[in-house]
Amino acid sequence: MDMRIIIGLFALTLVKATPLTLGALSGVFCERSGVVNIGIEGMMLTSAFTGFSAAFFSGSALVGIAVALATGGLLALLHAVLCIRFELNQIISGTVINLMAVGVTGYFNRVIFSGRTVPGVETLPRVEIPLLADIPFIGPILFQHQPIVFTTIILVFLVHIVLFHTPWGLRTRAVGEHPRAADTLGIDVFKVRYINVVVGGMIAGLAGAFLTLEAVGTFEKLMSNGRGFIALAAMVFGKWSPVGAFGAALLFGFAEALGVRLQIENIGIPYQFLGMLPYLLTIIVLAGVVGRSTPPAASGQPYRKE
Amino acid sequence: MVALALQVKGITKRYPGVIANHEVDFDLRKGEIHVLLGENGAGKTTLMNIIYGLSMPDEGECYLDGELIQITDPNLAISRGIGMVHQHFMLVPTLTVVENIILGVESLRPRTAFLRQLSLLDLASATKRIESLSKQYGLEVDPAAYVRDLPVGAQQRVEIVKALYREADILILDEPTAVLTPQEADDLFQVMRALVQPRGDKHGKSIIFITHKLKEVLAVADRITVLRGGRVVGSTMPSATTENELAAMMVGREVVLTVPKGPARPQEPVLEVQDLKVLDDRHLVAVDGVSLEVRKGEILGVAGVQGNGQRELVESLTGLRKPVGGHVRILGQETTLASPRRITELGTAHIPEDRQKHGLVLSDPVKDNLVLNTYYRPPFAHRAVIAREQVADNAARLVREFDIRTPSIETATSNLSGGNQQKTIVAREFSRPIQLLIAAQPTRGLDVGSIEFIHGQLVKRRDDGCAVLLVSAELDEIMALADRIAVMYKGKIVSVMPAEEATREKLGLLMAGVS
Repeated sequence: MDMRIIIGLFALTLVKATPLTLGALSGVFCERSGVVNIGIEGMMLTSAFTGFSAAFFSGSALVGIAVALATGGLLALLHAVLCIRFELNQIISGTVINLMAVGVTGYFNRVIFSGRTVPGVETLPRVEIPLLADIPFIGPILFQHQPIVFTTIILVFLVHIVLFHTPWGLRTRAVGEHPRAADTLGIDVFKVRYINVVVGGMIAGLAGAFLTLEAVGTFEKLMSNGRGFIALAAMVFGKWSPVGAFGAALLFGFAEALGVRLQIENIGIPYQFLGMLPYLLTIIVLAGVVGRSTPPAASGQPYRKE
Repeated sequence: MVALALQVKGITKRYPGVIANHEVDFDLRKGEIHVLLGENGAGKTTLMNIIYGLSMPDEGECYLDGELIQITDPNLAISRGIGMVHQHFMLVPTLTVVENIILGVESLRPRTAFLRQLSLLDLASATKRIESLSKQYGLEVDPAAYVRDLPVGAQQRVEIVKALYREADILILDEPTAVLTPQEADDLFQVMRALVQPRGDKHGKSIIFITHKLKEVLAVADRITVLRGGRVVGSTMPSATTENELAAMMVGREVVLTVPKGPARPQEPVLEVQDLKVLDDRHLVAVDGVSLEVRKGEILGVAGVQGNGQRELVESLTGLRKPVGGHVRILGQETTLASPRRITELGTAHIPEDRQKHGLVLSDPVKDNLVLNTYYRPPFAHRAVIAREQVADNAARLVREFDIRTPSIETATSNLSGGNQQKTIVAREFSRPIQLLIAAQPTRGLDVGSIEFIHGQLVKRRDDGCAVLLVSAELDEIMALADRIAVMYKGKIVSVMPAEEATREKLGLLMAGVS
């Protein structure tokens, strides 16, 4: 095969893996502190819409990203209040957010944009990192991308450091595993959870911004397309660690990129089947084919002081 | 006048329906080991939670070093030098020892300390401090090890180091010996002695030692205070009292500390286990080729420190966990892969280790819990319909017979005390003809009165011709009840001996893997 095709495939893998990685990092933040968040899908979708709308009306991509982050953060705050304060079942709360996202974005999309002809914004500019981008093979794969892709890679390592090498991360892990133990040492379990869930939501918001502002430049109905759930699968596959989740997201991203690539090559398989690849892979991963992993022990359980 | 490290006066704490502490006075001198003795539910833990700031008293005052203080949360207690080792360890299994110890008081690399919570951890200097503390008091810990890999004795040392790391001067040890082998307990007592030794011109640490085991009280206490029903019933010195006297103070009446029991008359085998192999939840070998036999009319006691495969053994015998190798036969019938119901119907009774999780449906009323394994057959069911009257009659009878203290048979079992929950299970299991009784930790966490009752029932069943398999981590219980004793260590039965030949020392060594 042509070298350019391989380079293109790998570069596309990184692009396709970006929203999945962000979603997985969002999940890592939430679940490591003991809150299950299946609402990432909804947070992504809503942020994709609000981020796009803000960028569209303000004409500034930065405003769009800021609004997307805020949207994710606010939805996560709702999730946190429901799960932590009111001890609602966390799966139900997440589902509420997902359903709400579909309704709200669908409705406002029609109300705001249906009269206009295919509204769009300019996607974020492609950046070539000086010197590094010129390295043969690796350069075009890793160092010629749009900003959110780069941000995501940096975030992976940043989250890793925060989670495993700072007091905050230590407390987060303790709270997610054994909240009572953390409590007896004077750590505020609720505060740790609130902050982690909201930060996680903001990262999901960034994933939403990626979908509209970086990838296509417009909003489409249901455009998150299950990525929030695949992201959760990547989180599980990556054993709740940022780097592991990134690796898993790359695998899913590769499946998606391969689907796209094969479709272009026109090898005679209907594109619907190629589009299934990431989902099939998700099922295989979640069925435990690739070794089981254990979630944080207190994940999904509301904490109640004695 | 002796310097007091801590003094509480007139502490009263009410919970809905109960007074957990009633005008409790308690003080702790500098450099002493003060034992707080009492049954479960006597209010020991409530008092300690108040001192440690986990709950606030409704009335009463607390003085630290002579200064009136309100301890509103654990942070304050910690900063004022109070450390607590909880009965259920407060350690995060997936973190390392050093991570557990520094949690909440993390040391930071100086150059990164600008944003406290997001600065880099300095594990190296923390490790150094831990090593020096552990040398100073003879508390051996491996800072780099993961807590989940440590035996309980080591986990306990981590808990103590954790408190010392926070510069605790007052240590509260809540039932610390409950999970230890006798030798480990002796080691702990030595550490405690080292802790209260004065260092230079400084006082040693002061220790509040909570327990209900009478032997150890006399062994380590400088002073003893007894709580009963939330009140202080007396204070004494070990030299001025005896085990029986303490037991009577604790319970409020004379207690028979030994179980009256005649010689066993073992007959044909009821339970035969051959080369049994069982995996635990993590798919590691938990029971590794166990063979044993329990005969009609005898109690076989399985001793061992918790987590040596006892749970998996019991679960596989009762059909809750499928073995991966070997054979189990009950009354000559192969039951290795049989369902729990079939095993039950063969005449097996099971008192599970975790009574709340596996013994009862907590949200269901007492009456339903009493027919959990018979509800589907007459007289409790007619075809597919439950006969409510029969169920109620049965419950009323058993509540009376087994003295289950419950407001009504309609009360959810979650509202019963531990002792009465256990009595509910015992009543259910004993209310049908049984040939084999498998009892796991049957008296864990129960008060002396309930323990007496359960022990009596076990012996009675034996005398009625039942084969009894008793699994317990309490050595005293095994020695009091068993006719033969098997010691389990790392999934293997390392020794079986007649009860007459067993001594605490011998069993303790076997339990620790020394043979």
